[in-house]
Amino acid sequence: MAYKFDFGAIVPHWQLLFDGVILTTELTVIGAVVGVGLGIMGAWARASRAPVISQIVGVYVELIRNTPFLVQLFFIFFGLPALGVKLTEFQAAVLAMIVNLGAYSTEIIRAGILAIPQGQIEAAQSLAMNRVQIFRYVVILPALKKIWPALSSQIVIVMLGSSVCSQIAAEELTFGANYIQALNFRAFEVYFVVTGLYLVMSILLRMGLKVLGNFLFERRRHV
Amino acid sequence: MSLVELHAIHKSFGELEVLKGIDLSIDEGQVIALIGKSGSGKSTLLRTINGLEVIDDGVIIVDGKKISDRDADLLGLRLQVGMVFQQFNLFPHYTALENVMLSPQVVKKQSKAEAKQIAEEMLAKVGLADKMMHYPDQLSGGQQQRVAIARALAMKPKVLLCDEVTSALDPELVNEVLAVVRQLAEEGMTLVMVTHEMRFAREVCDKLVFMHQGRIHETGDPETVFANPKTPELASFVGGLA
Ligand SMILES: Nc1ncnc2c1ncn2[C@@H]1O[C@H](COP(=O)(O)OP(=O)(O)OP(=O)(O)O)[C@@H](O)[C@H]1O
Ligand SMILES: [Mg+2]
Repeated sequence: MAYKFDFGAIVPHWQLLFDGVILTTELTVIGAVVGVGLGIMGAWARASRAPVISQIVGVYVELIRNTPFLVQLFFIFFGLPALGVKLTEFQAAVLAMIVNLGAYSTEIIRAGILAIPQGQIEAAQSLAMNRVQIFRYVVILPALKKIWPALSSQIVIVMLGSSVCSQIAAEELTFGANYIQALNFRAFEVYFVVTGLYLVMSILLRMGLKVLGNFLFERRRHV
Repeated sequence: MSLVELHAIHKSFGELEVLKGIDLSIDEGQVIALIGKSGSGKSTLLRTINGLEVIDDGVIIVDGKKISDRDADLLGLRLQVGMVFQQFNLFPHYTALENVMLSPQVVKKQSKAEAKQIAEEMLAKVGLADKMMHYPDQLSGGQQQRVAIARALAMKPKVLLCDEVTSALDPELVNEVLAVVRQLAEEGMTLVMVTHEMRFAREVCDKLVFMHQGRIHETGDPETVFANPKTPELASFVGGLA
């Protein structure tokens, strides 16, 4: 007997999918903003001349880049309570995403910083700028511009990776899908639709990041 | 007392001793040309004067104040000593005007209006009043270098260091930059310039400093030094140029 497709079986559960999309979006936005912020600070520490801080950040980066995201998530959600840090599913998911993206974006942004010609930094030094001023006004924007495509891809990867947060019952999109197919046994239809939803979200996210990049790096003669 | 005094400056890169005891004083309004073969230590010496190179030994006194390599001292020093580089080093994400305004605003905390007024004045002085809204990659090399000069001048330094400011330029663009430097010299700006433009050095500079193997080998006023080099090294250096 051939399988009869019934996409209509999903309709009664649309609210679950909708909530899942919202939660995935929230996780991604918070994770991306804070994670990239962490990455900027990490990259600065790596590029700075403070060896101890640079090494600590180096260990963090290697630790995260060489372990699975799922294990990092489990460690935060199931492991940290042993130290008295008890987080909700959402908090644990968002923290895992921040920590993960923070490590990857540290390395990406560092490459951008290293690509800034030394002469520009010396020019800024000669103009009596201190380190913070040089980083803020001379280094960070051109550095981000150079690595924006790589950083954008990493943010998309983190959004897609958020699907494993269903494993700690964070009610994001994949969690919603798992739940629905457990109710109606329509695995094909549910995951087909969810695949499409992720695809659309990825495309929208990439477009959004492109627009943001254009806004950040656009030439504005606003003097 | 001179504006800048260097006493027994020593500097090594690893095993290589590049400055082997330099004594030099620079008076207010003086225009000094540093000349010498490639690798003789001209750039390194210039860069010690604004703390881009940290010296191993010796004393630097600027405007009566002894400079150590503490951060506060270095920033204070750099307020007095401007620098222009061979490679222009403009900030690519800012317009010419923004390049010039940046440091007065963030370092000197000038208001935007004040910084803008000074920047416009400086850009007009280097002949770029009509290029203020251009980005560096929209300017020729000579124009970029003139923006870099305006940017340094906007900080109102007491001394301006110039490291081969025309060496990266196409020949036809050299003169527009030299004209600006000449004008600064005539206005009484204190200048220390590393240069290969011997004719310019002869016409504009008050004092010629010939470096050889990490030492000041010969010094004097340009006319005399060029006409009667005392050392064979300078004679051959001058001769090699002619
Ligand atoms: N950061 C550095 N690390 C190691 N060696 C250096 C460094 N900077 C300069 N040197 C060396 O120091 C010596 C003097 O260099 P410097 O740049 O002062 O020479 P210069 O007289 O300016 O030469 P040029 O006319 O080619 O610019 C050279 O042998 C150079 O290779
Ligand atoms: Mg040099």
